[in-house]
Amino acid sequence: MSIVYLILCILSMAAAIAVKVMFVPASDGIDISGAHVFFTVKMPIQDLPITEAQVNSWCVILAVMFLCLFLTTGLKTRNISIRQMLAEWIVEKVTGLVRTNMGEYFEGFAPFIAAILGLSGFSSLSSLLGLFPPTSDINIIAGWAILVFFLITYYKMKAGPWIYLKSFGQPQPLLAPLNIISEVATPISMAFRHYGNVLSGSIISVLIAVGLTKLSHSLFSFLPGALADFPYLRIGIPAVLSIYFDLFSGCLQAFIFAILTMLYVAGGFPAEEYAARKKKRQERAAAKAACSHTAGKNAEL
Amino acid sequence: MLELAIGIILGGCALGAGCAMIAGIGPGIGEGHAVAKACEAIGRQPECKGDVTSTMLMGCAVAETTGLYALVIAILLIFVAPGRFVDILLKAIGR
Repeated sequence: MSIVYLILCILSMAAAIAVKVMFVPASDGIDISGAHVFFTVKMPIQDLPITEAQVNSWCVILAVMFLCLFLTTGLKTRNISIRQMLAEWIVEKVTGLVRTNMGEYFEGFAPFIAAILGLSGFSSLSSLLGLFPPTSDINIIAGWAILVFFLITYYKMKAGPWIYLKSFGQPQPLLAPLNIISEVATPISMAFRHYGNVLSGSIISVLIAVGLTKLSHSLFSFLPGALADFPYLRIGIPAVLSIYFDLFSGCLQAFIFAILTMLYVAGGFPAEEYAARKKKRQERAAAKAACSHTAGKNAEL
Repeated sequence: MLELAIGIILGGCALGAGCAMIAGIGPGIGEGHAVAKACEAIGRQPECKGDVTSTMLMGCAVAETTGLYALVIAILLIFVAPGRFVDILLKAIGR
């Protein structure tokens, strides 16, 4: 059964490659034009373009889902397989990461953080297959960053909207506009950081590949016929840069996006006020219960 | 005349992109300092190597943000802005 999920996982990435091969026009030389738009859906306010980034993003989501199913089918308590060991290792690591960075109260965040890590990492790594990495399109990252912004605001409001509003005039009521700007700047900076890193990597890779092609044409122009047209310098040299820009940078940015999500959500949470409010509420409920208890006893008497 | 105006737009965009990337100096110096301090810390306490390295990478990535803002501005100025500005110019002169 598990092998079916592995095949489905590979198939969903193959589907992304097939879509690219069939519908994206080939280009040679410098091509930094952003995601290719497949078609646009008519919408009342603004047209909705279905782009390469969205399609690849959905393919990565499917691949990650099938990978998780592959890792977690047929769990046993004894004689566990390597698959199950890997799954347990991932769960353990992410839970430990969340616990050290966010504290006990936020332990339920582990699946969300793991989802961000997996989706962001695999999206960046999909450029290794020659696909357009969804993380180099600002719309995808901005969507994640806005989701994180809503989470931050929700946890800031946990102790009541009045405390949330009071936090804007924190050191000085005069600084409220600056605080509001820094609140809005959080998702923008998160989105730009991730998108800028991945996009700059792909632009530099394209520029270096084109430069090496030109260089090898001028260096090997003395060779006869078709041998002179072959870009010899493009063998191997861009791969060294790809290790940094695709592998290292992509994984690092996924990690940093997850860490910043954890820090912002846990840092904005007013723990003391929330604890005080919870205690007050419990006391009130206890008093109410005691009151009704005595009232019941009085009525019995 | 129109060619001159469009030429000025393209030149201005390219110059602006170049000037924006001056911001790359700041993160370069900052990250260099961060890595130097991390090396010192590892030299003093080699057993903390993992913690120091992950914290340093995290700090480096955050310090890189200002440089990336400049990079986004430069990319917009090179790939997006010229077309927009030429459109605005053509609309303004009624073509």
